Amino acid sequence: MSGAADPAAESAVLTGGFAEAGVGAARAFRVLLEAMARPGTIRRLAGAAPPAPLSPAAGAVLLTLADAATPVFLAGAHDTPAVRRWIGFHCGATMPCDPAAAAFALGTWEALLPLDRFARGTPEYPDRSATLIVELPRLLAAGARLAGPGIRREARLNLPDPAALATNAAAFPLGLDFLFCAGDAVAALPRSTRVEAA
Amino acid sequence: MSEPKGPAERGKIVTEPEPISYNFAYLDEETKRMIRRALLKALAIPGYQVPFASREMPMPYGWGTGGVQVTAACLVPEDVLKVIDQGADDTTNAVSIRAFFARTAGVRTTTRTAEATIIQTRHRVPETPLREGQILVFQVPIPEPLRFLEPRETETRRMHALQDYGLMHVKLYEDIARHGEIATSYAYPVKVEGRYVMDPSPIPKFDNPKLSMCPAIQLFGAGREARIYALPPWTRVESLDFEDHPFTPSKADQACALCGAADSYLDEVITDDAGGRMFVCSDTDHCAGRRGEAS
Repeated sequence: MSGAADPAAESAVLTGGFAEAGVGAARAFRVLLEAMARPGTIRRLAGAAPPAPLSPAAGAVLLTLADAATPVFLAGAHDTPAVRRWIGFHCGATMPCDPAAAAFALGTWEALLPLDRFARGTPEYPDRSATLIVELPRLLAAGARLAGPGIRREARLNLPDPAALATNAAAFPLGLDFLFCAGDAVAALPRSTRVEAA
Repeated sequence: MSEPKGPAERGKIVTEPEPISYNFAYLDEETKRMIRRALLKALAIPGYQVPFASREMPMPYGWGTGGVQVTAACLVPEDVLKVIDQGADDTTNAVSIRAFFARTAGVRTTTRTAEATIIQTRHRVPETPLREGQILVFQVPIPEPLRFLEPRETETRRMHALQDYGLMHVKLYEDIARHGEIATSYAYPVKVEGRYVMDPSPIPKFDNPKLSMCPAIQLFGAGREARIYALPPWTRVESLDFEDHPFTPSKADQACALCGAADSYLDEVITDDAGGRMFVCSDTDHCAGRRGEAS
């Protein structure tokens, strides 16, 4: 949080939100709803132009879901003043925050590790768990085999670490939920999805 | 809300109502975000009831405030909305909610199941099979299937956490002991993916099999009780039963008096005060479609 930012950076903070906040968020949410309902399907999530290294998809996720009620944890290279200021202006989310208190955590897979520092819910309230927004170089319908609710037969997704995600699924109904982002593409992996390495 | 008028305007006759504009789909953005987060967690934990900060809506509890909030959080301008009340598109509740969203979200409405992208329903699943891309939003009065067996929320939460559903099976067994069969005919409890016991809302048990392996997303909103839960598509939903008393979806043993359908759920309509009655399809769109095809 530097006081003397240059004017260009200053105005960049104000841009990159949805062109029309209400309708933009509604359309983005519908993409996320379908993604979470059909794990492993890759969908286009556009409309946001956040500062690098945030992908447009990850920016749209935050614009749609994050606000003052949801602490956001920024991991590794994603924890920059520009990103913080952009999320702070557009979402009003609490940052920085303790990973254990985060509703959303954002970063590359490596930066987000270890996963056990995030809340995975309690037996009475399994919904009180973090959603991890994971930036990947690309999303492909290939690799780890996915099965479970939302998947008719089988889905495939290039998951970063199938073994760790299979462990997450084994703790159902506790666990973390994942939104994988690459550019303007998004795919979801809820804890209910069983994961098997290809 | 009109602003207080200055002295010059006081006493002037207002001939036209001032136009009222709403935020898209009525709810404010912060409320929609809160509901959307709850919906995503509900999809991630199928059958589990996610608490949410239910808002007061401009209609009474029991008229579908939970369903309306879920629908408001899901709607996009391109949607085509259908609302049914016990299968009918033309009842007060259904007409009011359709008009509400036509006005506050500017969406197109329809009575045709096949044309709709979001269907809000009170206590029925349409007869026309749902498809991918559709969302079925259920209005739920009492979301907790164990509530009438255990009134304490702290206890029912623990029972769900421990998968302690013995009490529900005892209840169904007592039905058999007393009536010779499971007498529950609506809000018949189901188990989702072998984990959570869930109230399917007061749909007739005839509709229970349609919940399982459905291609559409099914969302459940309970406004007064402040709970949201969900069934993703292609999710296994089993009605609770016993090996020697298997679950049977039931309906009136008649055919529809209007369209002749023998396989749709029927309402019994009293036609006079001399014992006259007829059975007609509860799903008005299904019935009208069949009669249209027949003529």
